[in-house]
Amino acid sequence: MSETTAATPSTAADATRAEVCVVACAEVWRDAGEILASPIGLVPMIGARLARATFAPGLMLGDGGAMLVSGTWAIGEPPPAYEGWLPYRSVFDLVWNGRRHVMMMPSQIDRHGNANISYVGSDFKRPDVQLLGVRGAPGNTVNHPTSYWLPRHSTRAVVERVDMVSGVGNDTVAAGGPGAERFHDLRRLVTNLGVFDWRGPAGTMRIVSLHPGVSRAEVAEASGFELDGPDRDLAETRLPTEEELRLVREVIDPKGVRDREVRS
Amino acid sequence: MSDKTMTAEEAVSRLESGMTLGIGGWGSRRKPMSLVRAILRSDLTDLTVVSYGGPDVGLLCAAGKVRKLVYGFVSLDSIPLDPHFRAARQAGAIEAAEYDEGMLFWGLYAAANRVDFLPLRAGLGSDVMKINPALRTVASPYGGDELVAMPALRLDAAIVHLNRADVHGNAEYLGPDLYFDDLFVSAAERAYVSCEEVVPTEELGTVHPATMRISRAFVSGVVPAPNGAHFTSCEPDYDRDEAFQRAYVEAAGDPERWAEFSARFLAVDEAGYQAAVAALRATGATR
Repeated sequence: MSETTAATPSTAADATRAEVCVVACAEVWRDAGEILASPIGLVPMIGARLARATFAPGLMLGDGGAMLVSGTWAIGEPPPAYEGWLPYRSVFDLVWNGRRHVMMMPSQIDRHGNANISYVGSDFKRPDVQLLGVRGAPGNTVNHPTSYWLPRHSTRAVVERVDMVSGVGNDTVAAGGPGAERFHDLRRLVTNLGVFDWRGPAGTMRIVSLHPGVSRAEVAEASGFELDGPDRDLAETRLPTEEELRLVREVIDPKGVRDREVRS
Repeated sequence: MSDKTMTAEEAVSRLESGMTLGIGGWGSRRKPMSLVRAILRSDLTDLTVVSYGGPDVGLLCAAGKVRKLVYGFVSLDSIPLDPHFRAARQAGAIEAAEYDEGMLFWGLYAAANRVDFLPLRAGLGSDVMKINPALRTVASPYGGDELVAMPALRLDAAIVHLNRADVHGNAEYLGPDLYFDDLFVSAAERAYVSCEEVVPTEELGTVHPATMRISRAFVSGVVPAPNGAHFTSCEPDYDRDEAFQRAYVEAAGDPERWAEFSARFLAVDEAGYQAAVAALRATGATR
């Protein structure tokens, strides 16, 4: 683990945007119990470790390979100890059993919470831009809680309608029938600008809170559709506590990789 | 019991154009790359490839070997996207069947168990149902939810790379994850196992019996292939060659550089490939 710097004590007021995002991501796992947290992206990864170190002690966390890690450890450093073995085959046991909350990083996310990681374009046979492929998004979204992380909130990413439904949203789930709806559970979208959910009218996207210093107009400009939510007196995303800042800065991310994903 | 050892060329000579070929490993991890390279050098074509895709898919696409690809993703792990796969898709050069990765698992398991389909929840409500118009759902005969009926992904042949094998085709993995190699092998009419090292049978399972996951009952050929997963990882024998993977990606983005890369690394036999990799490494440009 890296040595701690002799910096001035962390205070909540000097938290960076990236650190606000870390805490907002951590919050999706609050009180989650003994389930697997699967964070995709650096900020969610730091957030999940922070959540377990503080208000979600039951979480299980992987090492990016096939091992489950115990304790709190730094990004890019070897884990202190393993508590279990979770090869890909066994991940499906947890997914299909519902004992998991994933935070995925979509290329497009839409008004109804559909997410796309497959391709951009209008023709699957010949996409304009081929992305990863649907990976586990279809199965994740109909089996267990799902949240999303978007490091750059923009009109390209936050769209009226995704080009391809990889992760199932609140409108498409109905078309999938009761089998799709039974365990479908969209939680939150955290972006570099704010926190959102899909509990607006008819399951549409809604502002939960804006990060400190972000205006309603800024979010509106960066979104491809009109967001539901009050025009004034919007909640502000909470700041990290001093203990949370200490954990992020000194223990979990001493190298500051969070700033690579979210610039202040 | 028969000795099933053979060269990569012999194994590939038993494959045919038009076949459905399953490729083990996951992303850029423990891929049977030496067998893939042998396929690149062969006149095989028109393949349907089933894979948790990595550079195996990219290379086969670049060489025009793929008619159809069945996949959940194609990724190089430390580098998210494979440029050759993207280029092939964006050119409309290959037919694509994209599934949730759990659907792929279930399709292989159905084939391995000789049933037509297996039901699962994954896919419901998503556009996977639209881009695979032949996919059907199935009503529960017990009154529960209607689910996706994932069809069996029957393979004509499978290729996998394991850490150790004996001459009969018993093989073990020594890294953290088997991935779905056992299913690829048992979903296939015949399977070819390349391995880092062929060892006497009694040396298998000495770390733990649970490592012995590939049974000779499914294996038609064993190909000794030290460093055969290169440049993908093959823990604990070696990690991914990240520098070489970067070189692959950079070359793939430019036709001239790809021609150079191909001449240097792919137009040669496996010994030539390994020598070229060693020569590159000696310059300090890789690892």
